[in-house]
Amino acid sequence: MFDNEELLKETKSQALNSETVGDIHVDDPRIIAKNINVFYGDKPAINNASIDIGKNEVLAMIGPSGCGKSTFLRCLNRMNDTIDACRVEGELFLDNENILDKKTDVVSLRAKVGMVFQKPNPFPKSIYDNVAYGPKIHGMAKNKIELDEIVFKSLDKAGLFEEVKDRLDAPGTSISGGQQQRLCIARTIAVSPEVILMDEPCSALDPIATAKIEELIYDLKKNFTIVIVTHAMQQAARVSQRTAYFHLGNLVEVGPTSKIFTTPQHKLTESYITGRFG
Amino acid sequence: MNNLKSRIAKEKRFKAYGIISITTALTLLTILFVSIFSQGYTAFQETRIQLPVYFDQEILDPNKTNDWNIIKKANFNGLVKQSIRNLFPEVSGRSNKRKLYKIVSSSAEYQIRNIVNNDLSIIGSKQNIWVLADDDVDMLIKGNINRNLPENERRIDDQELMWIEYLESENLIKKVFNKTLFSSGDSSESEQSGILVALLGSFYALLITLVLSFPIGIATAVYLEEFAPKDNKFVDFIEVNINNLAAVPSIIFGLLGLAIFLNFFEMPRSAPLVGGMVLSLMTLPRIIIPARAALKSVPPSIREGALGLGASNVQAVFNHVLPIATPGMLTGTIIGMAQALGESAPLLIIGMVAFIVDIPQGFTDPATTLPVQIYLWADTPERGFVERTAAVIMVLLIFLVLMNSLAIYLRKKFEKNIT
Amino acid sequence: MNMTVILITLVLLAASSYYVGLKKSVSIQKSEKLHSAPIYHGSLLAIYSLIVSLLFILIWRLFENYLYPEFSLSKNLIFFLSLLVFLITALIVFLKIEKNFRAREKVENIIEIFLLICSTVAILITIGILLSVIFEATRFFSMVPITDFLFGTHWSPQIPIREDQVGSSGAFGAIPLFTGTFLIAFIAMIIAGPIGLMSAIYMSEYATKKTRDIIKPLTEILAGIPTVVYGFFAVIVVAPFIRSSGEYFGLNIASESALAAGLVMGIMIIPFVSSISDDVINAVPQNLKDGSLGVGATKSETIVKVIIPAALPGIIGGLLLAISRAIGETMIVVMAAGMSANLTANPLEAVTTVTVQILVLLVGDQEFDSPKTLAAFALGLVLFFMTLILNYVALNIVRKYREQYE
Repeated sequence: MFDNEELLKETKSQALNSETVGDIHVDDPRIIAKNINVFYGDKPAINNASIDIGKNEVLAMIGPSGCGKSTFLRCLNRMNDTIDACRVEGELFLDNENILDKKTDVVSLRAKVGMVFQKPNPFPKSIYDNVAYGPKIHGMAKNKIELDEIVFKSLDKAGLFEEVKDRLDAPGTSISGGQQQRLCIARTIAVSPEVILMDEPCSALDPIATAKIEELIYDLKKNFTIVIVTHAMQQAARVSQRTAYFHLGNLVEVGPTSKIFTTPQHKLTESYITGRFG
Repeated sequence: MNNLKSRIAKEKRFKAYGIISITTALTLLTILFVSIFSQGYTAFQETRIQLPVYFDQEILDPNKTNDWNIIKKANFNGLVKQSIRNLFPEVSGRSNKRKLYKIVSSSAEYQIRNIVNNDLSIIGSKQNIWVLADDDVDMLIKGNINRNLPENERRIDDQELMWIEYLESENLIKKVFNKTLFSSGDSSESEQSGILVALLGSFYALLITLVLSFPIGIATAVYLEEFAPKDNKFVDFIEVNINNLAAVPSIIFGLLGLAIFLNFFEMPRSAPLVGGMVLSLMTLPRIIIPARAALKSVPPSIREGALGLGASNVQAVFNHVLPIATPGMLTGTIIGMAQALGESAPLLIIGMVAFIVDIPQGFTDPATTLPVQIYLWADTPERGFVERTAAVIMVLLIFLVLMNSLAIYLRKKFEKNIT
Repeated sequence: MNMTVILITLVLLAASSYYVGLKKSVSIQKSEKLHSAPIYHGSLLAIYSLIVSLLFILIWRLFENYLYPEFSLSKNLIFFLSLLVFLITALIVFLKIEKNFRAREKVENIIEIFLLICSTVAILITIGILLSVIFEATRFFSMVPITDFLFGTHWSPQIPIREDQVGSSGAFGAIPLFTGTFLIAFIAMIIAGPIGLMSAIYMSEYATKKTRDIIKPLTEILAGIPTVVYGFFAVIVVAPFIRSSGEYFGLNIASESALAAGLVMGIMIIPFVSSISDDVINAVPQNLKDGSLGVGATKSETIVKVIIPAALPGIIGGLLLAISRAIGETMIVVMAAGMSANLTANPLEAVTTVTVQILVLLVGDQEFDSPKTLAAFALGLVLFFMTLILNYVALNIVRKYREQYE
């Protein structure tokens, strides 16, 4: 046991030595991240993080606020490009293609790696149009019948179809918060991505809506690779197979979720899990 | 305790200053409106006198040609004079008769002429025709000339007053809706003058302004807000320019119009085309600045949502951000157009200040605009023009109120959109 | 061959090439996944060919007289050449269409360039103002020395009818115009400053929400009234009122006076001052106010000792903007202040201003070789820079102030 001051020292020394504990590799990787460094202006936000993300697994990323987990997530579909001061270094492979390469078309990348945001952000259009938007811009449907099929299937996969099938013309903003978030997930599924990134998808929702989303994540795992950033450790424990712990821009520890939550190897991980800071 | 008392008194005094200030401002607003409305509302009516006109074959068409080209040269003025004499057969003497003829507007001649032109078969018959009264008679009927003043202080002398009162007793004089005001151009006689030239001029000029400044303004706002690189010297320079243009006195834009549009490009003077171009230069920053504010207030989560689905930057902006910001951008545009509608100084410089009788047929015909017409008529001391000036102001204010209400309605809609 | 015919032909060609591009990409899409949706391929084909051929025509027109004067007579040649350019460009783009062709990116680039070009219009306008004003003003200063203009105290810009006429040269000393301008702006600010500021304070600190909802739109109406209407108001109400009250006190006041113009301009500026002050007062953080109220200060003490000092830079910036407004205002002064260039500080006399003289010199016949007409541009130059400096200073003060509380 140690007191807070010691913990602080530990943290600082750890920040300098950014070796990740645990097993960063998987047998069947979908995404391979190698030596990722992110800077906001001159300030480093992520230090040399390397990790594999496996096929059809749910990877949870946890850690205290400002640890860089969201920043890392946004590297995976280059949403960081929208922030002018942000600079990403390193290599990120999706299907043997380095997606950090300047030549990569971010638009088709984001169609492959979809994203669900912290706050539900349906477009102020009808429920149908919300889901149909992605397939439309990517030219995925040749006619209305195909489009209908994609929309209905996506809503169904997101567990929303039964609830909204009678009011597909209602504005997407008119349904409850939990339904809105599932609509956003349906919208993402509609472009049939390979990977879905979720940035604290339940932080704005009540416990019942949260439970539904968690169930949904469990179902979606069959077809998609999911990376989820979460504040709630229980959520990580419930939905994920692997967990990555971030601290002050360092990827501290990676491992099977059961192992991280029961026998963490790193002191920082342990103190976070046991609730010493966060 | 005494100290506290004086502090509370001070507090009350201070609050009173605030109330006094607001009341003063609102009182002044009320005085402004009341004075304009009280001067102007009578202008929406005009006075007409019924003349028993005998369309005398001898005067109009002595040779029975039935050919308008010959008839149109006939002495219609004499016909009018004869009709007036029929009304007051007792009046004799040259000067008295001349005074008598003046109770009817000089436009009566043309009115009679038009009637004959429309129906040649009327020749030979007797008809009662309502013709326009002279402006002094008009003023008297409307009560703008006080009948109880001593004779030497009013513009209508006792004899004229007698004639008018005779007409009143016989119901041969009446007030009707002032169609002339909305159907004719300028005139040196106030009862014959109208604002149609100004209305059309304002309409044409504003159309040009809208067509030029709306697309360019919105495109600029979209570029600066959504696509322009941050911390770029050139982009900063554009922004500085826009902010300064918004505060440049409007008359300077008139100088630009004169030196560049009229002198360099040799465009027509007094034309709504050039007027609209000058106004659009002035309106452009007034559209850009609120449009940028509207774009800025669209929640970034909408843009992120679209990007996260694989929409490109352009797609995210055009499919999602723009539709949400549209009511807000329209609000700014309408307010900018309302300001352009009320603007006059730059138009005076490019020659839109002129005595124009002919109705403009297009963008390059000489015209005035509503505010310029106000300026022109406000310069004329005649009571009849004062009344008409106030009436144009009322027409202009009605347009402005309509535009601003539309803007407020759209703003409400926009505020609902982004929350 | 008429230019309109050429343009219409090109637009029709563009429309058909859109369909050609669309067709080809749709047929590719049947077997393979396209990078960009078919409409982008079609649009790119149409837009690109159109732009290139139009550019070609533009360049040809600019240079034909210099390079090939013998061709410039033949409009048919340019027609056929532009069609050729169109077709070649279209063919090149057409051949490039395949599954990996990034048509969307290219179309989007064109859109962005178009938007960028639109946003440079603001710069062009500024350049236009500077060119027109400076060019004519320089010609004026070649006839009348700049020192005479800036420091002369006599203004009477007549046009000489005969060569030997007395005072034929005219006098172009602008000092009476400057003093007149500032006198009227000063009177306006005496009215608008306190009333506008106190209204803003009352509205933001004392008024209930209900009152605010009623009064705010009313002051906005005041702000939306065209200035020519205020001018009319000055002529028919304020000036006679001032004159008759002057008579009551035994003063002889001209029907056109600085006071009438200044008063009405003050009314016009009230909403401007109050809305800017309202903004800056609302930007003062609540915790500053709470701190003062928390130690037992009354509301008025809080306002005078805490809010106003904190908001002072913003208020000063707002007042400067209002002054610049007053200086640039034309219609009220031209209708109410008069044309006579008196060098006086007496508000009861008629004065004239820079804007009025610009208008007077330019309305009617203009001769661009006489100093009378050119003087207007020199005055415009002074006015432009005067308001530019005031605005620049004011906007900087306001911006610094805002940043302080953000």
